[in-house]
Amino acid sequence: MLAALLVSLLDLGAFTCNKPLRTRGRDVALDFISILSIFVLACFVGYYVVWSVTPALHTPLMAVTNAISSVIIVGALIAAAAADVPGAKWLGLLGIVLASVNIFGGFAVTARMLAMYKKKEKK
Amino acid sequence: MARFVSNLRHPGPGAGVQLFSSAAVKAAGPRIKSGVTVGLLAWFFATPAHAATGETVNPWVALAYLVSGVFFILALRGLSSPATSRTGNRFGMIGMLIAVVTTLVTQFPRFDPSRLKQGDCAEHAAQYGFDGPGACGGLMSPDWATAGEIFVAIAIGALLGLAIARRIAMTAMPELVAAFHSLVGFAAVLVGWAAYLNPGAFGLLTADGGIGAVSKVEMGLGIAIGAITFSGSVIAFAKLSGRMSGSPILLPARHVINLGVLAAIIVLTALFAMAAPEQTLSLIIGLTVLAFAIGFLLIIPIGGADMPVVVSMLNSYSGWAAAAMGFTLGNTAMIITGALVGSSGAILSYIMCRAMNRSFISVIAGGFGADSGGAGGGEAKEQRPYKQGSAADAAFMLEQAEKVIIIPGYGMAVAQAQHALREMADMLEEKGVEVKYAIHPVAGRMPGHMNVLLAEAQVPYENVFELEDINSEFAQADVAFIIGANDVVNPAAKTDKSSPIYGMPVFDVDKAKQVFFIKRSMGGVGYAGVDNDVFYMDQTMMLLSDAKKMVEEIVKAMD
Repeated sequence: MLAALLVSLLDLGAFTCNKPLRTRGRDVALDFISILSIFVLACFVGYYVVWSVTPALHTPLMAVTNAISSVIIVGALIAAAAADVPGAKWLGLLGIVLASVNIFGGFAVTARMLAMYKKKEKK
Repeated sequence: MARFVSNLRHPGPGAGVQLFSSAAVKAAGPRIKSGVTVGLLAWFFATPAHAATGETVNPWVALAYLVSGVFFILALRGLSSPATSRTGNRFGMIGMLIAVVTTLVTQFPRFDPSRLKQGDCAEHAAQYGFDGPGACGGLMSPDWATAGEIFVAIAIGALLGLAIARRIAMTAMPELVAAFHSLVGFAAVLVGWAAYLNPGAFGLLTADGGIGAVSKVEMGLGIAIGAITFSGSVIAFAKLSGRMSGSPILLPARHVINLGVLAAIIVLTALFAMAAPEQTLSLIIGLTVLAFAIGFLLIIPIGGADMPVVVSMLNSYSGWAAAAMGFTLGNTAMIITGALVGSSGAILSYIMCRAMNRSFISVIAGGFGADSGGAGGGEAKEQRPYKQGSAADAAFMLEQAEKVIIIPGYGMAVAQAQHALREMADMLEEKGVEVKYAIHPVAGRMPGHMNVLLAEAQVPYENVFELEDINSEFAQADVAFIIGANDVVNPAAKTDKSSPIYGMPVFDVDKAKQVFFIKRSMGGVGYAGVDNDVFYMDQTMMLLSDAKKMVEEIVKAMD
């Protein structure tokens, strides 16, 4: 049963696979609009979420936003994995180094700061 | 199993899965389970490594990026209180892990079969030890050398990042954040250039073999914003870490130059978008160079006191750069993150500007704190008398007080006095004195700078208050203890319309019965370059010394 369900899921996947999310030519405009919609809505989410951040944590906020903006590593990974254009590959590899400094450094330094905000036991 | 795989390799990825699944439905019994596993694997690998070869986006992959975006939202949401913040940080890590693993799985480096001749196939098989249908089918022949390089790159970055994060002093946090911003900016430039050089890998090729105009605009913007973030952050880093003077550097006609360069960048982006493929190279080079230049030009006229705004603004830019690259790649994780970070930095800049009662434009225009010293009006004033006290005097009065409010500023960070300060506060609390900390939004060199330092010194955050929450309490306070702050307690902001800080919300320390003002000497007058009436009030006692030394002496005197 479970296997059959999985199989039908796969079929669904195959079906949607044939419907490109990002197509060339006529559909590009629509595609751009859907990406833009995600962007605009995310801006609003960001606006409300960030206003709810307590001012005491504004420095960790900057450190963690810095870490997550390194999600740009996704682009660097794609460039580095496609070995067919050497120039692009080396740019990608350098991008991976820079972004991972940020990812590891950013999250680690945020964790270090937040550990200091633990509630202290009264002596 | 090998047959399934070899079946999969010729038709497009979608067709391959359908072929497999219909076969799997027919196959009976125990084979189904393993078939499904292989099918899942094959299906993942069947998603185009080079999006150019098949223009489809696997919906599960798109969902994975969406999930990672949601985790990033939860990460920021967690920061709404210190209690949930650590969970939030973990959410951020999970989101990043999902994004990176998804990319690695779907974009795992593979040999492009169309580029290999028949002879190369055997060679590659011999060299990398492949056999079976995968060797030249392209489906299952991973390029381990390239994958290795990627993992080495991640490892180098991880080692550097973790080493920096562990060693950095909390007082150096502003320059660290500026340095990290510059890395994000530069990474955005690199990704933009990689996408320009290898549009096929990013799925940006149109039918005529060029890059679409919309993609080129997104790419140009990503590179431009990234470059501005990079050079701007480098200057901010140099100013914050003292490698460069914090005073503004004013070029003649800088507004004309800046606006001209900005306009040129916009024109170049438009030209780049419309140009034929062979003409784009010089345009994108020009675009990159100008963007690096404008980042530099924008930040050098901005003085040290405005750095909190600059750091937040660059934080915002690094987000917009990521968002622009997300548009280029059609990647939801990058777009959501970019929007979050972009709005976060923008809000922080706004909070900083409001706390200084200055418009964002006037901060960006720069030059604050440069001319006021040379105006001459302040120097004409006679040397006014002030009272100087000793550590013993301060210790005595502090012990007698019922309520003490401590106002830390950048000077505390410079002197690393936060631990000594906490020790002093502990002793006072043992003697039954109520101690509270008052933090101005622009105290220090970045938003929340003072809070982090106090947290480092293990000051309970329940005792730390924001400006608007505590300002009414000064009237009941016996002692206002100012350590390393200056402009944020200057009453000129309330009374003197000609003062450059007029209108800035400040602490009402003049309402406290007694004021202690720790300052290195009477010479310096804060970053705004304005004299402070608090020095000369009857109830003020100046404690002229290094902040840390003075606090330690007070602690000793209280024993």
